[in-house]
Amino acid sequence: MDLDLDEAARQFRGEAREWLAAHVPRSPLPSFDTAEGFAAHREWEAALADAHWSVVSWPREYGGRDASLLEWVLFEEEYYAAGAPGRVNQNGIFMLAPTLFSHGTPEQLARILPKMARAEEVWAQAWSEPEAGSDIAALRSTATPADGGWLLNGQKTWSSRAAFADRAFGLFRSDPESARHHGLTYLMADLRAPGVTVRPIPQLDGEPGFAEIFFDDVFVPDADVIGTPGNGWRVAMTTANNERGLSLRSPGRFLAAADRLVSLWSSAGRPESTAARVADAWIGARAYQLYTFGTVTRLASGAELGPESSVNKLFWSHLDVALHETALDLLGPSAELRGPWTDGWLFSLAGPIYGGTDQIQRTIVAERLLGLPKGDR
Amino acid sequence: MKFALSPEQEAFAASLDSLLSTQDCDAATRAWASGDHGPGLKIWRRLADQGVAALTTPAHRGGLAEEDGTGATTVDAVLAFEVLGRFCPPGPWTDSAVLPCLLDDEILASTAAGETLVSLAFPPHVPFALDADIADARFLVDGARLRGFAPGTPLASLDPSRHLFEPVPGDELGPALDPARAFDLGALLTAAQLLGAGRGLLEMSVAHAGQRRQYGREIGRFQAVKHLLAEVATALELARPLLHGAAVTADPADVSAAKVACGDAAHLAARTALQVHGAIGYTAEHPLGLRLTRVRALTTAWGTPAVHRHRVLAAIAP
Repeated sequence: MDLDLDEAARQFRGEAREWLAAHVPRSPLPSFDTAEGFAAHREWEAALADAHWSVVSWPREYGGRDASLLEWVLFEEEYYAAGAPGRVNQNGIFMLAPTLFSHGTPEQLARILPKMARAEEVWAQAWSEPEAGSDIAALRSTATPADGGWLLNGQKTWSSRAAFADRAFGLFRSDPESARHHGLTYLMADLRAPGVTVRPIPQLDGEPGFAEIFFDDVFVPDADVIGTPGNGWRVAMTTANNERGLSLRSPGRFLAAADRLVSLWSSAGRPESTAARVADAWIGARAYQLYTFGTVTRLASGAELGPESSVNKLFWSHLDVALHETALDLLGPSAELRGPWTDGWLFSLAGPIYGGTDQIQRTIVAERLLGLPKGDR
Repeated sequence: MKFALSPEQEAFAASLDSLLSTQDCDAATRAWASGDHGPGLKIWRRLADQGVAALTTPAHRGGLAEEDGTGATTVDAVLAFEVLGRFCPPGPWTDSAVLPCLLDDEILASTAAGETLVSLAFPPHVPFALDADIADARFLVDGARLRGFAPGTPLASLDPSRHLFEPVPGDELGPALDPARAFDLGALLTAAQLLGAGRGLLEMSVAHAGQRRQYGREIGRFQAVKHLLAEVATALELARPLLHGAAVTADPADVSAAKVACGDAAHLAARTALQVHGAIGYTAEHPLGLRLTRVRALTTAWGTPAVHRHRVLAAIAP
């Protein structure tokens, strides 16, 4: 058991640190949930991609640099420590791409991934529906077979990035007779196709981070089905584990935030009233980093992410809220003024909701990790 | 980087686990609490035969601890203490394990063999000496110096199996070898016992929730119960990497982080275990209480949570 980085990993980290120090924009980009910010983030993503830093763990042929999972974690630490911009295409990179790598055809990989790596195509996730939030199996949007493809009908909602994105991915009910997890198909759709209407929904910060998507006989070719029709639930589980697990909330994000919190506390004169909570935020970020190193080691030796994804998500979503609430309490009356800490706090509040609520995750942990009997929801 | 236990380490922990599962640790703890040390000392010797008392003693003093890159590491010691925490046998295990950080003397060989029991006082953070009445050797860390001590007034612990005494300072024995490392190791091994106790309490609670029936079904089917236990599992899962990470880095901030997180997780496990068991868990006949009181006692032993949080802050915000 060791935490030593080999020479190659240290060199990789040094290279990333050097590039980021030279290229991260001096002043923060506007929010990618505005038209102006979205365009600025596309430019940043293209610059990242030019230097092969946008998708480090992907194969080179799709724009990556074949980095190991450990190197990816190290890159993320450097990325957040450098204060680099949020990833406008994170739904694509961290949710859709792992699904494509597991279930996509070579044609899909070649067509979709290089454009995703450069943010030439930005992806929105289209999971939730008005009647289906965490309960994805209750989906009602339909996919009906048509000549050479499918016709989509229905409504998706609370779709992150959909206000400005190019394409979306999600589950549609392809067998109306089927119940719950069966008869669902995983599809990708063009948000500019005829029959698609996107209605932006402002989030708590006032920016259109969400949108509703209405599908009215929208044609999608067979080439945009991932996996086999009717098997979408199984395909989607890959994505869900990735979202809850490692990829969407890398420990680098929390380590960097905890470091900023410690600096804030120091410069505020180290008040005793928040000392314990500041210490706990750092302890939590360190715990999450080491837990991730353990996960990376297990995955490298062939294990797969299972219910520990839910443990992971419960932990980081709480850590994120606690860390930001501590910062706001520390700021005193100025905490109500808009700034990076209030933005971070608003963002953290979504953690215990998206990707399956805390309640869903706790039930998964209890039943699948602890082996408690299945019961009423 | 390989941040995972080796198959040998897993096997070592499993062998200690199966050894202790055949001993009646709960009965030994109750006997120890009432002043009968016999069954507890029998377990002490069984564990010493497996090398548990020798894990931190260097080879040239008859121990197993790593020298020149071979031998037992701090991770191995932590694993053994996790198992001790899970079964909660009585005795001054931490005191004996820490001794090699304080002196390099022949006494280490008999300590490593399990023949000598050590009681240690380390004011201000370890002000009361555990089992000083039956210890064969007693040491008091007095700043940078090491002294002997005599057991003074006996003090009642909330954990009846922990017999505590005021140390009455005795002769000076010389400089203490590395008191800072001794404190860190003591805190780390206490954290390991807390984590083990927390895991034991969680397993006990899951088993109980799976068989206890109310309103016509197992209580483990109720979401309210499931969610409590899921929170415990999450706290323990994330405390363990801190414990193992601290064993690898020996960094004081990591040690303190582990002590805080393992203490918090064990406390949550204990409170939840009592809630899930209900009234039966509140009885002295049930083994839950042995662990609940041990957890509370260890939470403040070898540095309170406040002391360790301040050590974290001192390290990261100098």
